[in-house]
Parts: sequence; structure tokens; C-alpha cells
Amino acid sequence: MAPIATPFFFYLLSAMMLVGGILVITQKNAVHSALALIVTLLAQAAIYLMLYAPFVAAVQIVLYAGGIMVLFLFVIMLVNIDRSLKEKQFNSQWWVGIIAATGLGGLFVAVYTKGKNIFPERVLSVAEADNTQKVASLLYGQYMFAFEIASLLLLVAIIGAVVMAKKKI
Amino acid sequence: MNAFVQYIESYLTSNLTPGAAGNMFWVFVYILLVFVGLSVAVICMNWLERKILAHMQVRLGPMRVGPHGLLQPFADALKLLLKEDIMPAEADSVIFWAAPFIVVLAAFTTFVVVPFGPQHAITDMNIGILFMLGVSSLSVLGIVMAGWASNSHYPLIGALRSSAQMVSYEVAMGLAVVSAILMTSLNATGTGTLSMIGIVEAQKAQGEWFIFKFFPLGLVSFAIFAIAMVAETNRAPFDLAEAESELTAGFHTEYSGFRWSLFFLAEYSAMIAVSSIAVTLWLGGWLRPFPNLLSGPRWDTFFSYFPGATFLALAAICFFNVARMPKHPYFRIQTVGLAGFGGFLAFIGLVLFIPAVSFRVQDIFWFSAKVAAFMYLYIWYRGTFPRYRFDQLMKIGWKVLLPVGLGVLILTAGVALFQQNLWRP
Repeated sequence: MAPIATPFFFYLLSAMMLVGGILVITQKNAVHSALALIVTLLAQAAIYLMLYAPFVAAVQIVLYAGGIMVLFLFVIMLVNIDRSLKEKQFNSQWWVGIIAATGLGGLFVAVYTKGKNIFPERVLSVAEADNTQKVASLLYGQYMFAFEIASLLLLVAIIGAVVMAKKKI
Repeated sequence: MNAFVQYIESYLTSNLTPGAAGNMFWVFVYILLVFVGLSVAVICMNWLERKILAHMQVRLGPMRVGPHGLLQPFADALKLLLKEDIMPAEADSVIFWAAPFIVVLAAFTTFVVVPFGPQHAITDMNIGILFMLGVSSLSVLGIVMAGWASNSHYPLIGALRSSAQMVSYEVAMGLAVVSAILMTSLNATGTGTLSMIGIVEAQKAQGEWFIFKFFPLGLVSFAIFAIAMVAETNRAPFDLAEAESELTAGFHTEYSGFRWSLFFLAEYSAMIAVSSIAVTLWLGGWLRPFPNLLSGPRWDTFFSYFPGATFLALAAICFFNVARMPKHPYFRIQTVGLAGFGGFLAFIGLVLFIPAVSFRVQDIFWFSAKVAAFMYLYIWYRGTFPRYRFDQLMKIGWKVLLPVGLGVLILTAGVALFQQNLWRP
């Protein structure tokens, strides 16, 4: 089967992600920002597909685009949009922003130029056909303990949310 | 040119789906076929729903356009296309414009992995069922966007109701699906599958549909899914998002003309999509009845007559009604048209009796027949049950379906583990 993971799709999806990400922070209307974030998340799911990780891509769509973002929109729609339109959009912490941006940019440039020494070149062994099974056996075998701790953490978060929302239990 | 023909013919000898074989031409053909088939199915559903509901309520239903209102859907479609396209002045125009397309896209994209037969799917994915659930959950986004962008009270309340409902029933639905997927792992290697084709093949290998597996566990998980899928598609008795008596038309109150028809199209194709999930997971997908019990070439030929026989029966109904048409000259065109339609159906039926054709098509026939049963069930629900109140809906979702689903999941896992340990030394 001919590979679909051509550079064209990579650049297209990356461009979609970048445009979406920029729109998230520049749009004044919170609903527009949330929709731009959904575009970014979907493009990211497609990039996971290109990396031969279909399970991660599906989970990305189910959880982020389908679940969490719907709750996001749900909350945003109940907020008064007119007031947030008038508020100042950026706080003027230019110095912190510039330092963080140059730091991250420098890191990217360093990885791009000297990446060959840091990350040795190897051919990826693709587990596309049994991707889900591989993920499952890793998750419930080798990383069982970490997985259970993560689920416990989520349980704590749920209980915390209930306690905070209800005054009297 | 010759290479192109060879490229087309190279797929015909393989027994993979066109997507898995990587043949772009046949992928395109299959996408077109699915799209056309789906549109025809939605048109048929439109007529059938009005007609069946009418008969359930002792009415006649559409009778004017064509014999027994057969051309009514086309008249409706024409009317919708000619209607004025209104956008409220205060609406958020971009989101208002995009919402119906997102709903339609989500509803149609799920059909990429629906297995109409062992080779008859656009593609077979490793994550098939997860893909279907994920993409169909994206349609909530479109509904919420439509409700919010209309900038009006009824649509907003409808959208909020619909999103709350869909998010909470997805949980019960997911649990039911997981307990069915667990059953696919009952083989020699002990690994299950998420691929839609793999799930049906597991049912074939185990010799029973998952609805009868571990009786009554399979049946209970199927029942949970069957209830949750009605809520997922916002259909009666869970159609609170568009409750006419409370919210005018819910999230699509402000939509008219073509945009409204897109919502209509999306609703019906989403119904077909979730029905095909149910058919694939619990009712053996494309498998004909009793593939193991009544096996052998004689039974194979017997069951391969069914598709043709169905179409011939439909043609016979048409011809019977041609004979019953009033003899007044006013009805001459209608009579001739109905006879022509009957002739067309009879022609299809006869073509389906050719062994080569029926061999290729019978899988699609059995799959569609099972899905059609679900579609009839949807109409039957609508004719039978009164609409639930919103708190009752939430109570059913969270306090009945979710605990029962969890219990069934744990029991299924336990029984499956027990069986596997008995099998393996």
C-alpha cells in the first residue's frame, strides 16, 4: 500500500494547526476561539494518523474534540459575550512574553540544527495493524501502576468538583 | 489508458475493502455509491415515516403527489430548495453558515467504516468502532453552534438540552459497546478487535450473534445501546432538543430552506449510522440468518434468492395497486407511472437472481435489511411513546443505563475471562 503520509499533508495539517492556534488567541469572541481550538485539535488528530497511531488519533477526537470542547462551548455560551468583547484582550506583560518566546524559539533552532546528534536516526517499526492491541498490552501490562494512579487522580478531581459545587452533601 | 484499466481490474480479484487494498478508483466509486445510497435511503425514510405514522394514527398520510404520495419527498425537496433562505440579522453569520455543514459532515463521514459486506466497506480501520463513535459525537458541535449562532432563546435552550443529552448518553453507549467488543476476544489468541469487519468476523467464528452471547448479558448491553442510540440521535421519545410544544423546533428554529434540509439529511443519516453500529456489534452485520446451522451450498443458494425475491414482492405490490387504481382518465398518468415503477423494481429483482450478482450483493442486502428493521423501530417509537421530561431523561441516562451498563461490563469481562481460562491450559 502506498503511504499516505506525504509531506504535502504534513504541511497542510501543520498550517491548519498554526492558523487555528493563532486564531484561538486573537479572536475576541470566546466561541470563535473555542471553534478555532477544535480545528487545531482535529488537525492534530490527523497528524497522529500520519504517524501511524490511529488509536491516539481516535481518542483525541472522542475526548478532546467531541467531549471536552463541547463542555467548553457549553460553558462559554452561558457567559455574557457582550461584556467580554469590550474587555482588554492582552495584558501587557511584554518582557515575560519576549523572554519565553526567544527561549522556546532558541530551543527549536537548536534542535533543528543539532538534532542529529541528540536524536539518533533510526527507521521506525510501524505497528499500524495492531496499534490498539499494542497500546492496550503496554497500558495494562508494563504501565499498569501509572495507569491506575492516573485514574485515581481523575476520581479525586471528580469528587473535588462535586464537593466544590454542592454546599451540602 | 491500458494501465488505468489494469489498475481498475486489479482490485476485482482481491477480497479486501478498496481502502485496505489502496485502490483509489474503487474507493471513489464506493464513496459515490454510499453517498447515493444514503440519499436514496433518506428519501425513502421521509416517505415511509410520514406514511407509517399516518397509518398508526389511522390517517391516510400524503396521498396527493403521485400514487399513495410516492413522489411526496421529491415535492418536499423541491419546495425546500425554492424557499427563501433567511438568516437572522443578529445571527453570527459564519457560525450560522458552518453549523449545518458540520452536522452533515459528521453524519456522512461515519460511513467510511460501515461494513456492508466482507469487501463492501470504503475502508477497514484498525480503530473502526472508535472512529464511528468519535466522528458521530462531533455532530453535537454542529448542533451547539447552530443553537448559539441563531442568537435566539428557543434554539439556545434546544442546543443546551441536546448537548447535555448527547454527552450523558454517550457514556452508557460507550459502556455497552465495550462489553460487546470484549466478546470479540474469545478466540485462540485472546485478543479482540475494534475493526468493524473484524467484529462481524468474530461473530461468524464464534457461531452466534453477540446479542445471544452469554445470555442475557449480550441482550442487556444491546438494550442499553438501543435506548441510548435513540437519545443520541435526538429522536422521539427523547427528542427534547426539538420538542415542538416547548421550543418551536429547537436548535434549528431559525433555519429555513436548504440549510434546514441539511439538518434533516444529517438527522436521518445519523439514525442509519447508529443503527449500523448496533447491527454490526450485536446482530451479525452482513451475515445471513443461520450461517453455521444451515450451511452448505443448497442453503447458500436458497438464501441468495432473498434479495431478488424481496424486490419482486415490492414489484408485485406495485402491480396489485396498479390494478386497484381508479379507472378515471385523471388517474391515467399516475397509473402508468406506478406500473413503470413496478416494472423497474421487477427488473432489479430479476437482475438480482443472476448468481454472480446475487453472490456479490447478498451481504449488502442482509445488512440493509437489518438496518431497515431498526429504522422501522424508530418510527414505531415515535408513534408509540410520549415524550419524556428532561429530568426523567437524565435519570434514565445516569441512574439506570449507566449502572446497568457498568454491571454488564464487569459481568461480561468475568465470564469471558472464565471461559478463556478454561480453554487455555
